Amino acid sequence: MELFQYPYMQRALIGALVIGLAAPALGIYLVQRRLALIGDGVGHVALTGVGAGLLLNRSPVLVAVVVATLGAVAVELVRARGRTSGDLALALLFYGGIAGGVTLVGLSDATSANLNAYLFGSLTTISPQDLTTILVLGAALLVTMLALRPALFAVCHDEEYARVAGLPVRALNMLLAVGTAVTVTIAMRAVGVLLISALMVVPVATAQQVTRGFRGTMTVAMALGLFAAGSGVWVAANADTAPGASVVLLAIALFLVVAVAGAGWRAVRRRRTKAGPPVAEPPEVVLR
Amino acid sequence: MSTPVITVTHAAVGYDGRPVLRDVSLTVTAGEVVAVLGANGSGKSTLIRAVLGLVPLHAGSVSLFGAPLGRFRQWQRIGYVPQRLGAGGGVPATVREVVASGRLARRGVLRPPGRADRAAVDAALAAVGLADRAGDPVATLSGGQQQRTLIARALAGEPELLVLDEPTAGVDAASQEAFAGALRDFVDGGGTVLLVAHELGPLRPLISRAVVVHHGGIAHDGAVPEPAGHHAEPDHDHVHPHGPDEPVGLWSS
Repeated sequence: MELFQYPYMQRALIGALVIGLAAPALGIYLVQRRLALIGDGVGHVALTGVGAGLLLNRSPVLVAVVVATLGAVAVELVRARGRTSGDLALALLFYGGIAGGVTLVGLSDATSANLNAYLFGSLTTISPQDLTTILVLGAALLVTMLALRPALFAVCHDEEYARVAGLPVRALNMLLAVGTAVTVTIAMRAVGVLLISALMVVPVATAQQVTRGFRGTMTVAMALGLFAAGSGVWVAANADTAPGASVVLLAIALFLVVAVAGAGWRAVRRRRTKAGPPVAEPPEVVLR
Repeated sequence: MSTPVITVTHAAVGYDGRPVLRDVSLTVTAGEVVAVLGANGSGKSTLIRAVLGLVPLHAGSVSLFGAPLGRFRQWQRIGYVPQRLGAGGGVPATVREVVASGRLARRGVLRPPGRADRAAVDAALAAVGLADRAGDPVATLSGGQQQRTLIARALAGEPELLVLDEPTAGVDAASQEAFAGALRDFVDGGGTVLLVAHELGPLRPLISRAVVVHHGGIAHDGAVPEPAGHHAEPDHDHVHPHGPDEPVGLWSS
């Protein structure tokens, strides 16, 4: 526990908690519209932003926000047009993003350790300035996702209905795209671009096994994200493992525990309802 | 006479160059209950989707409440009931949450729901007989109950015009009756209805006019035609499997 006396560990913990809370709040909308892996793709694109930032000696996180936003908006435009060739366009964007990132990082003075920090996360090297960025963007994201929940829910649940209801569907979709980019960039420091989608999606997948409604799922998913982030950092500090990977492994462990417990509970309930005397179905025909 | 609720003038619609509707004109005035009938693929669903601006017109024009579609902004006056609830990504939603979406057109995106919104949702749930299922996930409901959820969502916005796309296809008898009852209350309250149907069933007494779409044009506009042949048998169950109207891609939700 004494590890958390060090300021860098405190920053790691606070950063992880903010991301653990914010990522599922956005991820639930992506899961609902079957774009669960979009965070992964936007993460690939963000890596080009990191490379550009390192090369130009600017803050990699801020450049990545801009590049990832452009990438996410491009993805949304492809999605909205609904072309069958859309997945190829997305593939080009994603692999272009990661190849561009690796190339640009290579051209800069940065070491492969720098690249690793963005690919797999590096919570313990979060600077006070990084933490401020994470706090401000994370808070803005949370407020937006919670305040606009009815409208975002309507758009993700039934986009055509939302259009007929006169909702600003295009603006709300763009908001989600930009939100995805922001989440990816702030989570990049914690779990890395390769593991970001896990924090957005896994808590939602866990929550929806036990919840009945959208609001309940969102609340439980945020609580699970917070718990996985906090305990992941604690485990990493004590067992000396990579924090990002520990957080994701814990989130997946929670999913498995809930899945197994849920299946067991359903089996028990089924047996209990079966225990009563069987009720004969009324005959469909009477044979004489 | 007051302004027509819906005016379609020489409308033409096509998907990927294949014409679905050519030169269709239709006027619906306040208080009318108009059924759009026709075979599968006749373009009847496309007609109401064009009315709502969900598919673009190649030619002609549509006006809603006297305003051209492109400039129409009073969407709270319209309640849309799609053919079925989208599958979504598996995130559960309660019946009440889905029905509450129907208030958004009226209250806007930014305002949180107030007492009037909650009362309207309660009233809409009661109107379709689903008040006791309000807290259940919609995915656990039968097809007919899901369809009633969608009409409750439209009613919650307290619209003047209801547009329904095959509201009774594949719906059990009890739900069809509940549906017809909700629609009757809406019409008695002065509402206007445009609905697409394979067959009318318990809705039949409510219909004031029928429009038959055939080969992309309007073949009949007037009294409700009598069913013929085996369609006229009282227990004729007219349920077809429906394919998607448009190609479904990986990124189309």
